Amino acid sequence: MRTAFCSAMVGVATRPELVFLTGDLGFMALEPLRDSLGARFINAGVAEQNMIGVAAGLARCGWRPWAYSIAPFIYARPYEQLRNDVAMHGLPVTMVGNGGGYGYGVMGATHHALEDYGAVLALGGIRVMVPAFEPDVAQAVGQILDRSQPAYLRLGLDEAPKAFARPPFAPWRRLVVGRGGTIVVCGPLVGGLIGAVRDLPEERRPNLWLVSELPIIDLPAEFVADVEASARVVVAEEHVATGGVGERLAREFLLRGVTVRRFLHRCAVGYPTGRYGSQAFHRRECGLDAASLLAALDGSS
Amino acid sequence: MDRVLSTADRARAKLRLLQMHFEAGVGHIGGNLSALDLVMAIHHLLGDGDEFVLSKGHSAGSLYVTLWSRGELDDDALRTFHRDDTLLAAHPPPAGVPGVPFATGSLGHGLPLSCGLALSRKLRGESGRVWCLMSDGEWNEGSNWEAVIFGRHQHLDNLTIVVDLNGLQGFGTTAEVADLHPLATKLRDFGWEVDEVDGHDVAAFLAAAQRRCDVPRAILASTVKGKGVSFMEGKVEWHYLPLTAELYAQAVREVRAAAGLSDTNEA
Repeated sequence: MRTAFCSAMVGVATRPELVFLTGDLGFMALEPLRDSLGARFINAGVAEQNMIGVAAGLARCGWRPWAYSIAPFIYARPYEQLRNDVAMHGLPVTMVGNGGGYGYGVMGATHHALEDYGAVLALGGIRVMVPAFEPDVAQAVGQILDRSQPAYLRLGLDEAPKAFARPPFAPWRRLVVGRGGTIVVCGPLVGGLIGAVRDLPEERRPNLWLVSELPIIDLPAEFVADVEASARVVVAEEHVATGGVGERLAREFLLRGVTVRRFLHRCAVGYPTGRYGSQAFHRRECGLDAASLLAALDGSS
Repeated sequence: MDRVLSTADRARAKLRLLQMHFEAGVGHIGGNLSALDLVMAIHHLLGDGDEFVLSKGHSAGSLYVTLWSRGELDDDALRTFHRDDTLLAAHPPPAGVPGVPFATGSLGHGLPLSCGLALSRKLRGESGRVWCLMSDGEWNEGSNWEAVIFGRHQHLDNLTIVVDLNGLQGFGTTAEVADLHPLATKLRDFGWEVDEVDGHDVAAFLAAAQRRCDVPRAILASTVKGKGVSFMEGKVEWHYLPLTAELYAQAVREVRAAAGLSDTNEA
């Protein structure tokens, strides 16, 4: 989604209040944005604490700063700057994290972002956008700019089948309808599931719901109906359980009195074998691959 | 500059600072006394478009009293210092107090924030200056060194940091804890212009502060923790201790005497 992100930002680069900071990342990706923004494109160097502080200072002067890095370097390294400088003041800084979850694959554990949106959401007042599809990115960028509040944009890869008609970006989207239970996914992980479920016979085919914006503000009535009609609800996310969508959804179900017969949560569990590999490898280790999720749904795992 | 910053003005502020801390029954007096002359002097210089960031947030009292001395906070506000339902917490709040742009208190935040304020003025071609007051212990924080690199690289010649060089930090002297002496050499090596002044010689400070140059600047202001109160001066424990009634009375006498204020003069 880096290219889509760059295009989206180039598309809004004429907005005079926009300023972009990168933590020395974006080679072979962000050059068009650099050329569009000129002096408003700032390579802040490999110094993320300073970058977020600078962004907060700029935001206080009326700018709309975007700060970009590999996901763990934009929320974990400068976490206190997000907390004190950005969130505490409600300043409209957007943190952009490329490669959410296990997105950086065999680059290793330091480059993974397994607790990013949970950590960011814990600060309060930060809107999190998790595009699942390439066209989502421009829409998410536009929505972030329409609001004047801190935001975190988690980027990954669009994994949906090429021919799949991607619905417009929204906090909740139902991508597949069926009668075989309900799967809720946050992020691009959903792409691999689309192909795996859409051709299943209706009685085995799950309702596939996609969450793309956090925190969860509301539960759509159709989603609640799907959940209550399902023998099993599986929540899947490339994020640890703590602070993730599964926890948040379970809380919402309890608070709202939604009846859930069987609730399963598949999430990032770190490195159970202590080995490293591709994003797909780590998903398999966590039971986040499509086959494991379908097995969880039908009770065979 | 709206008026001369007189010895009497500074003494009145010092007395108000002592009163505020005494009435609240709280510590952090030493670092506030070392910073007060600097905070007042910087505010004396502030013009249109200028901004001040107190990076050493534990000296919030000196900022509140400075704002009081300039009529931006009143006595009613100062009486709420440290009490329930106050805006004037021990460290500056994120909103609600004019002249306080950021919540600070965790060290190593003010300089990056100030770089953002300075960069904004550069990007817009505005003329305002940004002043950031830092502690010396604060230079242990790595984020400051990131900002020092950034400030030089981005040519933030509209940014001046002032370091309250009182030589004491939380659990010892700066030399004992993590010695950075001489800080001036290190900052110069990073490409900053550095002046070294006596932080309690306001005239010398103002002269140095008004000198313009084409790179970001640091003014290293040697100060005395607990300045003006004999039993506090240079004592690390006055980073924390509150004042007893007897010691408060002694402190008031000393400050009045040094400034030539009679006991009947209103503080």
